[in-house]
Amino acid sequence: MRAAHIELTPTEDDRRIARYAAAAIALSVVEAAIPMPLPGVKPGLANIITLVVLARYGWRDAVWVSLLRVVAGSLLLGQFLAPGFFLSLAGALASLAALGLAMHLPARWFGPVSQSLVAAFAHIAGQLAVARLWLVPHDGLIAIVPFFALAALLFGLANGLAAAKLLEDAGRTRQ
Amino acid sequence: MESFLRFMKPGDWAVLLALAAATAALAPVAFRGGAAEKAVVRRDGIIVAELPLTRAARIEVPGALGVSVIEVQPGRARVASDPGPRQYCVRQGWLSQPNAVAICAPNHVSLSIAGRASSHDSLSY
Repeated sequence: MRAAHIELTPTEDDRRIARYAAAAIALSVVEAAIPMPLPGVKPGLANIITLVVLARYGWRDAVWVSLLRVVAGSLLLGQFLAPGFFLSLAGALASLAALGLAMHLPARWFGPVSQSLVAAFAHIAGQLAVARLWLVPHDGLIAIVPFFALAALLFGLANGLAAAKLLEDAGRTRQ
Repeated sequence: MESFLRFMKPGDWAVLLALAAATAALAPVAFRGGAAEKAVVRRDGIIVAELPLTRAARIEVPGALGVSVIEVQPGRARVASDPGPRQYCVRQGWLSQPNAVAICAPNHVSLSIAGRASSHDSLSY
């Protein structure tokens, strides 16, 4: 009788996604240590990785990396299935949907910065929708929207520039 | 800084400016103080009056023992007088924080401040 034996052979795709997801998870753990003036406001450094993956390998890989980061990052931070996890998940899904649209903007005019900004605003929109519908069902939540929007503007710009720089550097070393 | 500007394509500037304008347009929302704050007066847990904290008002609430007087001034409210024996709710003085509450238990009357959702007792994230 043969032993029940399941062998999973990781493909090259799997390894690549795991590598990028690991980098994104590391960034989200690092940024959890950065104190922020308002709960929920984060730089979203892991989105730099999502943008790089989107530009180099397409939307499907970006979805994998982003969702693996949300799940594994929350496990590492002890947030899995806590409210913060669902906020992250809602933000990630909303920004992935936005990126799926934004990536079709003509590359001649729009770069990673546009994608990053659009993703950042979609992220806060997704988060605030979940927060309003579920966690804090009160219209007073509107009062913090401008602060989230300001954070999305600044960090969206910074992350977009960082992603553009990484993509440029990678392009240079390949030549 | 100069080196990073080269990553900005024309469309990136357009997106940045549009979103910056949207953010600026949202700014007044932050300083409007969220949802209207008000004083909520209850008798036996049932709301008998909701008074906006924007203008002064004075109401009399008949309770189990007698009449409690609730006074509202812009931004704050208090139980001005109460027939209860120990006067705890009166001595609490002016309430101005959201979710603050003064309970006149003997008279079955309570006064609470309803306000912004951003005022938490505690927060874990």
